[in-house]
Amino acid sequence: MAKQFVKGNEAVVKGAILAGCRAYYGYPITPASEIAHAAAQYMPLVGGTFLQAESEIAAINMVYGAAGTGIRAMTASSSPGFSLKQEGLSYLAGAELPCVVVDIMRGGPGLGNIAPEQSDYNQVVKGGGHGNYKNIVVAPNSAQEMCDLTMLAFDLADKYRNPAIVLTDGFIGQMMEPVDFPEPVTEFAEKNWAVRGIDSDRINLVSSIELDPDDLERHNQKLQRKYEIILNNEVRLEEYRLEDADFVVIGYGIVSRLIHTAVDQLREEGVKVGMLRPITLMPFPTRRIKELAGMDHVKAFSVIELSNGQMVDDVRLAVNGAKPVEFYGRMGGNVPAIKELVHEIKRMMRVL
Amino acid sequence: MSVNILGKSKGFYDRYERRPGTNKEQTHYCPGCGHGILHKLIAEALTDFGASENCVFVSPVGCSVFAYYYFNAGNIQAAHGRAPAVATGVKRAMPESIVISYQGDGDLAAIGGNEILHAANRGESITVFFVNNAIYGMTGGQMAPTTLIGQKTTTTPYGRTLKNEGYPMRMAEIIASLESPVYVERVMLADTRSINAARKAVRKGIMNQIKQKGFSFVEVLSTCPTGWKMTAPQSQEWIKSTLVKNFPLGVLKDIALQVEPLDLSLNLAPSSRVPKLIGLEKEKLDFDPDSMKISREIDQEIKIAGFGGQGVLSLGVWLSEIGMHEDLQVSWIPSYGPEMRGGTANCHVKLSHNSIGSPLVTNPTILIAMNRPSLEKFEADVIEGGAVLYDSSLIDIEPTRKDVRSIPIPATEIANELGNTRISNVVILGVLAGFSDFLDPAVVQRVLPLIFKKRHLLEINLKAFQRGLELGRELLA
Repeated sequence: MAKQFVKGNEAVVKGAILAGCRAYYGYPITPASEIAHAAAQYMPLVGGTFLQAESEIAAINMVYGAAGTGIRAMTASSSPGFSLKQEGLSYLAGAELPCVVVDIMRGGPGLGNIAPEQSDYNQVVKGGGHGNYKNIVVAPNSAQEMCDLTMLAFDLADKYRNPAIVLTDGFIGQMMEPVDFPEPVTEFAEKNWAVRGIDSDRINLVSSIELDPDDLERHNQKLQRKYEIILNNEVRLEEYRLEDADFVVIGYGIVSRLIHTAVDQLREEGVKVGMLRPITLMPFPTRRIKELAGMDHVKAFSVIELSNGQMVDDVRLAVNGAKPVEFYGRMGGNVPAIKELVHEIKRMMRVL
Repeated sequence: MSVNILGKSKGFYDRYERRPGTNKEQTHYCPGCGHGILHKLIAEALTDFGASENCVFVSPVGCSVFAYYYFNAGNIQAAHGRAPAVATGVKRAMPESIVISYQGDGDLAAIGGNEILHAANRGESITVFFVNNAIYGMTGGQMAPTTLIGQKTTTTPYGRTLKNEGYPMRMAEIIASLESPVYVERVMLADTRSINAARKAVRKGIMNQIKQKGFSFVEVLSTCPTGWKMTAPQSQEWIKSTLVKNFPLGVLKDIALQVEPLDLSLNLAPSSRVPKLIGLEKEKLDFDPDSMKISREIDQEIKIAGFGGQGVLSLGVWLSEIGMHEDLQVSWIPSYGPEMRGGTANCHVKLSHNSIGSPLVTNPTILIAMNRPSLEKFEADVIEGGAVLYDSSLIDIEPTRKDVRSIPIPATEIANELGNTRISNVVILGVLAGFSDFLDPAVVQRVLPLIFKKRHLLEINLKAFQRGLELGRELLA
């Protein structure tokens, strides 16, 4: 297949279509709008549905309806819009419907701005809507991964009957890079739970209501077991120069690319740092971080985020006090320069 | 024709197995509630039309949240007010199915006001049954958008007032005012005669969908003895004496006979054709990519800035694509959003031998300034020994830095000479290829046809490139 120079946001749509997605319902918002543009352009060409919904809420509920029939469906938005989708996501998770939602994070709270932030971590990774549920969350850091991880998100969503979120920032959505597109997916798992209105489906029900407390508790326990299985089987991460690292720097999305460059510069100066990048945020690479915390050569951790420090909580839980965990964050849409990052990492190492 | 309210239609399950508890024979509705009657009318119609087999019933939040206990259909339960959106997703995925959105007044007229308006306005090919009993039944008798002035509810204990809550909403009239709906009628369930009229409306609403006519909306004035604190007979009387005066019965719109059936068929492309359809077929290169590899020592970090419309972003994309064809790592990122729409634009391009970390260019090796504000704003950031290329046709000042190479290019003038102002960016591309060692002119000339696929565009752009190239070589000399 062709190597193309495309925006991350466009790679999402091409990846989704290659993954068999044939329904896109969305509402425009910067910096995610190119996803809707590309879906509007390509969905009709493959016989799929593109519909600009009247609201983010309507869009996620249209996805709910489409997903209920067993087809692969998606929507995309950016932070303020994602907040509005939380109701729908809770229903999707409760009814165990697979779908993919892309969140191209921007600055908040409120209207904030359209520059990149990572301040949706909590509302995306921790569930966000009401109830004891979790989303599967993947975090691409390149245009290539915008394609690949969107395709993976569809597979994981179907496999576990759970919403899967592609969580990234305005940079990864907006930047163009070469992408090697894979062949289209041709084999899909049978969805014997879907409601298509046909005889064989008559026994199925798409619903999130369980009136009896015992029934609802059992349903919740089943969901928790599912998340446990996901945690045991689906963690994906990237490690860079960690073999002998004194200092483990952790970041995802655009930040991981900055850390990568900073690590190289620090290594040239003889500073032993390495990077761990969670590619899946739910499941979070807790086990691996815990392992690293137990290694003698690892003296401390540092988490870098474009937020007030949200993922750092999960790192702290994983490290569980075994080693110090430092944090450096920028907010408002500011992205640290490499020089700044190198300086901050050194500062954090010195204070130990 | 009389309606047998007691008999069970085939449109219902034989036993209501999904209903919790031991009573699997009867509905959960209160005695005298209109839902049971309307359910019956719908189930009958679905059975009579043979539509029960491929029906998907979307249950809302409200007393009818448990409609899935009863209807022998595909059942999907929706969030409060969202049934029309859910029904949209279902119908678009399975156009051959009969999709019913069944909603109460709080669901449809309050929290779901937006969803119903837009589903109606799109003319979604669904049938909506709107149960208007002027009260929230399920949640404990609170005010609905359709509650009457003076009506006492648990949230209007002194009666609904104009001053505080405004007038009750007439949803059928609102829906009928839209262009797309094909059929809108208001009926009531108050006596045998009105139930028969309701029966006809229900059947029409479903038949319209079977015939693919579009969006049908049936508002049903219905009893809520519990919420109204009345007996069942009193409730029926109250509909006739009071409710109907505020919500007049009748057909508000019916153009089903005049409109042509909609073509709802899905035309899904086979997966083998998908790559071609979404533009992923391999480009045919008329050259061997391996022959294009040229070695350059230095990674380039380029910032391009100017007015919107000067091709600032495009120039960046082309540079990146050329780099990609040269097997370099490349990235491009624009300044996006309102600042772009405000008239200025800039983008950052990286061409590297190694994987690219940040796509942002803070200190460019090359600045391409296409207007004066850009030159003034970014000149200071260029690295020592870097280059500043600027459109000297438009910029009436010179760069002040002495430690960078200043390259004035009368790009707009040359573009105008060639007959198209918009190709000034390609002139600059030519200059870059002429004086620098990181763009091989031969490569650029081979990549340009991939960018400009229309012959006349390619010709003029090749000319612009050539002029720029000559100028660049002169500069080098």
